[in-house]
Amino acid sequence: MQLSRDELIQAYRKMATIRAFEERLHDIIATGEVAGFTHLYCGQEAVAVGVCEHLAIEDKIVSTHRGHGHCLAKGCDVTGMMKEIWGSREGLCKGKGGSMHIADIDKGMLGANGIVGAGAPIAVGAAMSCKLDGEGRVAITFSGDGACNQGTTFEAMNMAVVTKAPCIFVFENNHYSEHTGFEYAVGTQKDIASRAEAFGMKVWRADGCDFFAVHDTMREILEYVRAGNGPAAVEFDTERFYGHFEGDPQNYRGEGELDRIRDTRDCLKIFRQKVTEAGLLDEAVIDELNEAAEADVDAAVEASRAADRPTAEDVLTDVYVEY
Amino acid sequence: MAKMMYRDAVRLTIAEEMERNESVVVLGEDVVGGMGTDGGPEAIGGIWSTSTGLFDKFGPNRVIDTPISESAIVGAAAGLALSGKRPVAELMFADFIGVSLDQIWNQIGKFRYMFGGKTRCPAIIRMAYGGGYNAAAQHSQCVHQILTGMAGLKIVMPSTPEDVRGLLRTALRGDDPVMFLEHKALYAVEGEVPDGDWTIPFAHARQVTSGEDVTVIATGLMVGIAEAAAEAAAENGIGVDLIDLRTTSPLDEEAILDSVEVTGRLVIVDEAPPRCSLATDLAALVANKAFSSLKAPIEMVTAPHTPVPFASELEQAYLPSPDDVEAAVRKTLAYR
Ligand SMILES: Cc1ncc(C[n+]2csc(CCOP(=O)(O)OP(=O)(O)O)c2C)c(N)n1
Ligand SMILES: [Mg+2]
Repeated sequence: MQLSRDELIQAYRKMATIRAFEERLHDIIATGEVAGFTHLYCGQEAVAVGVCEHLAIEDKIVSTHRGHGHCLAKGCDVTGMMKEIWGSREGLCKGKGGSMHIADIDKGMLGANGIVGAGAPIAVGAAMSCKLDGEGRVAITFSGDGACNQGTTFEAMNMAVVTKAPCIFVFENNHYSEHTGFEYAVGTQKDIASRAEAFGMKVWRADGCDFFAVHDTMREILEYVRAGNGPAAVEFDTERFYGHFEGDPQNYRGEGELDRIRDTRDCLKIFRQKVTEAGLLDEAVIDELNEAAEADVDAAVEASRAADRPTAEDVLTDVYVEY
Repeated sequence: MAKMMYRDAVRLTIAEEMERNESVVVLGEDVVGGMGTDGGPEAIGGIWSTSTGLFDKFGPNRVIDTPISESAIVGAAAGLALSGKRPVAELMFADFIGVSLDQIWNQIGKFRYMFGGKTRCPAIIRMAYGGGYNAAAQHSQCVHQILTGMAGLKIVMPSTPEDVRGLLRTALRGDDPVMFLEHKALYAVEGEVPDGDWTIPFAHARQVTSGEDVTVIATGLMVGIAEAAAEAAAENGIGVDLIDLRTTSPLDEEAILDSVEVTGRLVIVDEAPPRCSLATDLAALVANKAFSSLKAPIEMVTAPHTPVPFASELEQAYLPSPDDVEAAVRKTLAYR
């Protein structure tokens, strides 16, 4: 652990914000107040934050349908995001994109994506752009264990290797693609990293439920990629706490599985335990950070409820730059 | 007669045809659902519950759960079909034709022609299309306007459980590739379905309401929207001849032209955007072949030339409504 107290506080605060944001949405969606297809990131917070804490605004990320955590970790505004999910015209994307299409290009967040596997090629292009600029920036694509089976992801990995693009393929293995088990759908079994390795990349593997494991691994990877060695890949073993989408009955889970992962694989609990045991932060500080995160989300929800709604005329704008 | 939902009509028809014909196989993402999990394989049977129970009945060789690989799913359907099988591949959302378009367009649709008529490719690609769920620009689209222009493919758009039964049977017993487009807002709609083994031929439009004042053409979900408008118009003494095309390729030109000959006024309702679309295609057909019957400009009620927006207010404005159709009916009637 090479993090300062401030860095620890910032990292935990971000993880707590993602957790609070998603848990609140879970409750709100159940009431029907917010519509759309929403995929929550709860359980995977340590990956987004462990990765993005190393990034500058000029580094790019490309996200997935399960994108809220990546967006928040890269610095997207909590209220702007909540308003977007609410479908407000004050939202980050004016209510046109919603949960699956949140983007903030100025923050280096090149978009969540509704098409599984669409992100990896886009990240390769962003990485080529970083290479052209020659300032040591990188592009990161987040992909699930399901997305790693898409041909687009294969093509992107090979092309990144061939072009030596500074692209990092972050695979979040949460063991499920919708209802289908990872062990069924990924032929390499128990492993995505070895597939990436076969494309000619250096690969890493780490526990995605341990913020420190993610953060340490990413430090190594970023040093390697920023040094001009071409792309790299990493597989993080992680957990999704809610259904694939809100409303998923999750019949595919084993008995007691959700309780077990909540109990033993909760990245926020693991963080708390590690920093308090090591005497780096005390319980009261962690509690305060949780409260602050909740307060941010309270404010975001309140603002979203009061925010302007789009009108029929808004449908026609933003299709082109010039008409 | 039996009452059933649109989704059950899909499932039952596939199950029956699998029973009748050993070469019918089903493949797609989560069509079993739960494969490789502790919850067990028959957890869901497709996210639209259109293949529930099939895996238990027909086993893993004929009900194939696939990874997320649309290109390979549709490509495998092509290979199965060229090898004498009858694949029914599911794309969860029609929007995912984007990922698999080469296999649909350059492969499945062209084999027979390129091979000089020496082959058959009876691949059925089922997909859920359409808006109304705040699912935004990549999960709400229509695709018939794209696929209808591709020679070699047959495009089916059932609007009722009964039509699902009759048209899916025809698809599964025919020898051409079929894009079977199921509107996601129709899955839970119930309807009466006649018993027995009957089929509905392609290019055989359905007259939904009859009238002599205005012809209205619609497909899929738009049939219900147009029907609501026709009912409202009927209260004002306006007779609407509402035609549900059922298939956009092949097309029942006769039904359209015969109706316009009587009414002289045409409103086309299409959930897709207006450019290079089914609506413009039908308008061109009528302008070309029934010009002298027309008493007014052809009206088109379509989505705008934009992607599908997310927010409810935006999506409502985007989608054609009964009011939009009624306004178009009035407009064409007001033309002197
Ligand atoms: C091209 C495409 N195919 C299928 C889907 C439907 N779909 C959305 S998410 C998903 C599962 C993705 O699994 P994974 O990559 O593991 O990500 P996770 O949901 O676990 O975060 C599927 C099949 C889609 N959105 N896009
Ligand atoms: Mg997954």
